[in-house]
Amino acid sequence: MIAALTLLLVFQLIGEVIARALALPIPGPVIGMALLFLTLLVRGGPGEDLRQTAGTLLQHLSLLFVPAGTGIVLYGDRLANEWLPLLVALVASTALAIIVTAVVLQALTRRRASSKGAQQ
Amino acid sequence: MTPRLEEVWVYLSATPLLGLTLTLLAYHAAFRIYQRAGFHPIANPVLLAVTMLASVLLLTGTPYQTYFDGAQFVHFLLGPATVALAIPLYAQWPRLKAMAAPLAIALVAGSLTAALSAWGIGALLGASRESLMSLAPKSVTTPIAMAVAERLGGLPSLTAVLVISTGILGAIGARYLYRWLHISDPAVRGFAIGLASHGIGTARAFQTGEQAGAFAALAMGLNGLVTALSLPWIMPWVERLLGR
Repeated sequence: MIAALTLLLVFQLIGEVIARALALPIPGPVIGMALLFLTLLVRGGPGEDLRQTAGTLLQHLSLLFVPAGTGIVLYGDRLANEWLPLLVALVASTALAIIVTAVVLQALTRRRASSKGAQQ
Repeated sequence: MTPRLEEVWVYLSATPLLGLTLTLLAYHAAFRIYQRAGFHPIANPVLLAVTMLASVLLLTGTPYQTYFDGAQFVHFLLGPATVALAIPLYAQWPRLKAMAAPLAIALVAGSLTAALSAWGIGALLGASRESLMSLAPKSVTTPIAMAVAERLGGLPSLTAVLVISTGILGAIGARYLYRWLHISDPAVRGFAIGLASHGIGTARAFQTGEQAGAFAALAMGLNGLVTALSLPWIMPWVERLLGR
């Protein structure tokens, strides 16, 4: 577990260094994820240790958002004044984003599947 | 408070131990409730834990910064957890590769919908410019959204709150939308929730299955990329065009 955690931190560190050195708008951990993914593709799948550690971290991914979410206490005033536009915008646009993405993807994969079926 | 109790409180409020322990206790309790509710999306563990912690902070008059001094240790793990998403992504690689073109088109459509509809609805309802610019990147993972909001002239810490609210809303609502639209493919379900609701949607997707989780992780990463690269160019243009 320690070896796997070290590996994850090393990739994050490399990602942070690249992001800063090249002044990229993408956060270091996302670059680290891409690099680890490429490494897995080149060198073959993750070992048991890495798979288990990643599984443990991702199983409780929700926990990691709690500290930032609690920051809502800082915005009492703004939320009191603007809660209606913010709430409506969040609810409607989140629903719209899910609907548009799912419908487009469903339509495209279905068409592919049926055109493949027609060829066979 | 008696002097002795006051001393204890002075100690507790100065150590990171309290914020950290409270975060874990609240999450533990929230997760138990979520489990008891049969993993029903409305009993979202982030929503429950944040509600408990925010109530404690407000009732005891504890500043958020004092709490965060302890909670930052949990917050820090977001970095390695993001890197760890490479592993489920690798496991789903054959299917991802086969769907590359549809995924790319759905990505661009979904990403633009998420940002422009949030901005447009907020603007119509009279939200301030600062709030609108904090709102636009709300569908992407917290660190990217905060960086984008800052560039656009929004408030990064308000963005963090809006991002997490978006995550919770998507995690709660997606199931009903999918049922209504008759979408059952876990790859499609995962991709859409990950795109619209980043890590919290991804966490929810993983609870429904590994395939949905991996597609959610992919969508989250790609939408982060697309949003970080496109919004700083698109938003000033949209503002000029629509005269706001």
